[in-house]
Amino acid sequence: MSDSTRSHTGTPLSAAARPSLSELFRAFVIVSVSGFGGALPWARRKIVDQKRWMTSQEFNEAFALSQFLPGPNVVNFSVVFGSRFGGAPGAAVALAGLMGPPLIIVIVLAILYSRFGDVEALSRILTGIAAAAAGLLIAVVAKMAAPMFVKRWNSGPVIAIAAFIGVAILHWPLPWVFVGLAPVSIAFAWFKR
Amino acid sequence: MNDSPLLTLAGYFALLSLFAVGGANAAIPEMHRIAVDVMHWMNDRQFADMFAIAQVSPGPNIIIVTLIGNHVAGFAGAAVATGAMCGPTCLVAFFVARTWDRFKEARWRMAMQAGLVPVSLGLIGASAFVLARSADHNIYAATITAVTALVGFATRINPLWIFAAGGLLGLSGRL
Repeated sequence: MSDSTRSHTGTPLSAAARPSLSELFRAFVIVSVSGFGGALPWARRKIVDQKRWMTSQEFNEAFALSQFLPGPNVVNFSVVFGSRFGGAPGAAVALAGLMGPPLIIVIVLAILYSRFGDVEALSRILTGIAAAAAGLLIAVVAKMAAPMFVKRWNSGPVIAIAAFIGVAILHWPLPWVFVGLAPVSIAFAWFKR
Repeated sequence: MNDSPLLTLAGYFALLSLFAVGGANAAIPEMHRIAVDVMHWMNDRQFADMFAIAQVSPGPNIIIVTLIGNHVAGFAGAAVATGAMCGPTCLVAFFVARTWDRFKEARWRMAMQAGLVPVSLGLIGASAFVLARSADHNIYAATITAVTALVGFATRINPLWIFAAGGLLGLSGRL
């Protein structure tokens, strides 16, 4: 790229610095190992507050894109962010930094689980954690749903409830439910104004 | 159909990754359906255990696919499942990221963004339901879930404290 102050999308980079590949890798290693229960707050702290690679606004836009795309959000974010600053190699090192350490840690945990999973105490601890994790997920859903249900009538709640029933009650495969509902929901959003 | 577990893992998770709007949390019911109901790789309790391990591990929660893959086919299974879950969606992210900014004001982009929110909300709600059913075998566990939901909704407490409390209650209680 001839003009280093611009990203390949043509938008000026207002943020101060441009990370090297090894900086990208190290940043995402730190984000991944500190990100208990979701890596987003850590990614923001590292990228916006500490390194100033992106403004808050740019971060929000990149993350909104990562949430909208299918698949794991933080994984998408590492690719979107890495490719913006380093093309394909940047995306690869950011992804490797994000997934490498957790992979190793979780494999060790899996080995421990296969050896001690039948131990009564461990099994009870895990069940307690799973029950709490289910509760946290309910809280996430409630927070997401709150704004949708206070607005005047719209298609949102109907679509959300239909997706819930299809997957949770009728046990339909996710791809069917998605292909059935997403176009309807997008059409409602298209014609809404 | 083939009977190689690695091919099965790769096929299922690659497909799943492309429909999981809302990330790891939206994909839980489909993983549960395949791993427990369709393929009988594990029982309900093992699935809930793996979810718990993925939650308390650092890093993205999608790491549960690594655990499922490892359970089915060892290290190779772990690698294949993780690669299948991340590969297709990473390619999509890579190519979309290059063009997305150009369509910032486009009506179709806004409609797609707004239209997918309720779908992913319903999917994450289904995840919460499936997990609660897997984890809550008795009134004790159900109480933990209910109290956690209230605390999580009303406060911004670090989830690690909640997991620690849940684990301790599990150890001391009658789960």
